[in-house]
Amino acid sequence: MGVMLSVKNLDVYYGSIHAIKNISFEVQEGEIVTLIGANGAGKTTTLHSISGLVKPKSGEITFCGSNLMAIEPHKIIRLGLAQVPEGRRIFAKMTVQENLEMGAYIRNDGGTIEKDYERIFERLPRLKERRRQIAGTLSGGEQQMLAIGRALMCNPKMLLLDEPSMGLSPLLVGEIFEIIQDVNKTGMTVLLVEQNAKKALEIANHAYVLETGSIAMEGEADELANNEKVRKAYLGG
Amino acid sequence: MEFLSQVINGLGIGSIYALVALGYSMVYGIVQLINFAHGDIIMVGAYAVFVILVMMNLPLWLAVLGSILFCGIAGVVIERVAYHRLLVHDAPRISLLITAIGVSIFLQNLYQLLFGSDPKSMPKMFTFAPLQLGGIQLTSSTIINISVSVVMMAGLQLLVSKMKIGKAMRATSEDAGAAKLMGINTNTTIAFTFGIGSALAAVGAVLYCNTYPQIKPVMGGLLGLKAFVAAVLGGIGSIPGAMLGGYLLGVAESMTNAYISSNLTDAVVFGILIIVLLVKPTGLLGKNTREKV
Ligand SMILES: Nc1ncnc2c1ncn2[C@@H]1O[C@H](COP(=O)(O)OP(=O)(O)O)[C@@H](O)[C@H]1O
Ligand SMILES: [Mg+2]
Repeated sequence: MGVMLSVKNLDVYYGSIHAIKNISFEVQEGEIVTLIGANGAGKTTTLHSISGLVKPKSGEITFCGSNLMAIEPHKIIRLGLAQVPEGRRIFAKMTVQENLEMGAYIRNDGGTIEKDYERIFERLPRLKERRRQIAGTLSGGEQQMLAIGRALMCNPKMLLLDEPSMGLSPLLVGEIFEIIQDVNKTGMTVLLVEQNAKKALEIANHAYVLETGSIAMEGEADELANNEKVRKAYLGG
Repeated sequence: MEFLSQVINGLGIGSIYALVALGYSMVYGIVQLINFAHGDIIMVGAYAVFVILVMMNLPLWLAVLGSILFCGIAGVVIERVAYHRLLVHDAPRISLLITAIGVSIFLQNLYQLLFGSDPKSMPKMFTFAPLQLGGIQLTSSTIINISVSVVMMAGLQLLVSKMKIGKAMRATSEDAGAAKLMGINTNTTIAFTFGIGSALAAVGAVLYCNTYPQIKPVMGGLLGLKAFVAAVLGGIGSIPGAMLGGYLLGVAESMTNAYISSNLTDAVVFGILIIVLLVKPTGLLGKNTREKV
């Protein structure tokens, strides 16, 4: 057990917009850490900084001892850091199977990959029936499962999830969060970004509250869930 | 019979358009760039054949292979030198387009400087006696053009649907950001796409040289434009669409030559384009929706 991901004094700009203002946080190995915040708070920008899709102005991002800011975006997944991006961003014109193959793109171990498909299908049985289907024709919930399955195909050490509950019915949100908990129980470290603070705080160990680019609060998830300010602002009283 | 042989002649010419159209379509599919310099790659390929076959007097197979290799590398170099930085910095499409036109003019001028602007004549390369098929005469170049284009298209389809690099190309063209998250080196994938597209244009150049006896530095202009029309006609971004567009264009040209007037050929070609786009703006096999989820 130790710090797996650490973000220190991160500053990100889009032109003159100061989107992330000097934030720092950590994710311990084996935990679920959640970053909650309203729309536009800077959650996606934070994840994109970690995965290299946006270039931060300054700060330090360290994953398992490697300085992520010095590594090209496509190489970051090779360190064992996979992302389920906001809006799922599955490859809509490819089949379910091909999407999973893209998730395993960095692997060269043909035989074991086959076993991993089976493992993913066991966990996400709905995908198995739709293996040959074009991914764009899946329902929202199935697409989210595919995005998670795709990220798991590289056998990562840590999973970044960006609003996996977005646009899903409460029932499906429950199902997705159960999957996240399941995955975590097998030893996967999780950084979960959510607007759905209630659900996120239910499954997380530790939580950070992001407000207009700054970290407004942090603490154990159950403490924050009972905090007066958090209840008012994010849990509807 | 006359009609049918005009169709087949048209398919022969259309095969060249189709091979060049594939390059336009693949590059557009992956970076949404209309690479106007692509037509000039045919010219580069034709001169490569000329240099190896005529000037250096080397065997034909070496000329063909050399031309394909040279164009493939030229495609990658052009992407790296001219477009790469614009793409990385997400420059406006119009800047890319202007750059492409610049590259096209540069190539034409460079080749005028190197070889002069006079046409060079090419020797016949692959010939055999025409085949008689139920009263229709098939010339050797028609047979070669059609078969080569079909084989190339099948190979490309296989690459894109079955091979790892082909899947990386499709993933990058759908969502380059998500592709990076999968560990795909999108820069290499894009460069590879330019390389393959240009290599196919070189195959088109070899067929062109085998069909028409003359080459000149500006030959890529109209030829490239027509191939671009073929790509748009078929639905830009679609591989079968590019082929279909190329064949249709060839047939339309050959029909106009035979039954209307050879002066009107180009007018008919562009007329067809306008009509198809009015009826189906995405082209014949283009997808209507670009689903963004
Ligand atoms: N590509 C962009 N260009 C300019 N501003 C952006 C861009 N992406 C996000 N922003 C701005 O940065 C801030 C944070 O956005 P984002 O990280 O997407 O928030 P969240 O994911 O929490 O909803 C917002 O004010 C948003 O408008
Ligand atoms: Mg977001």
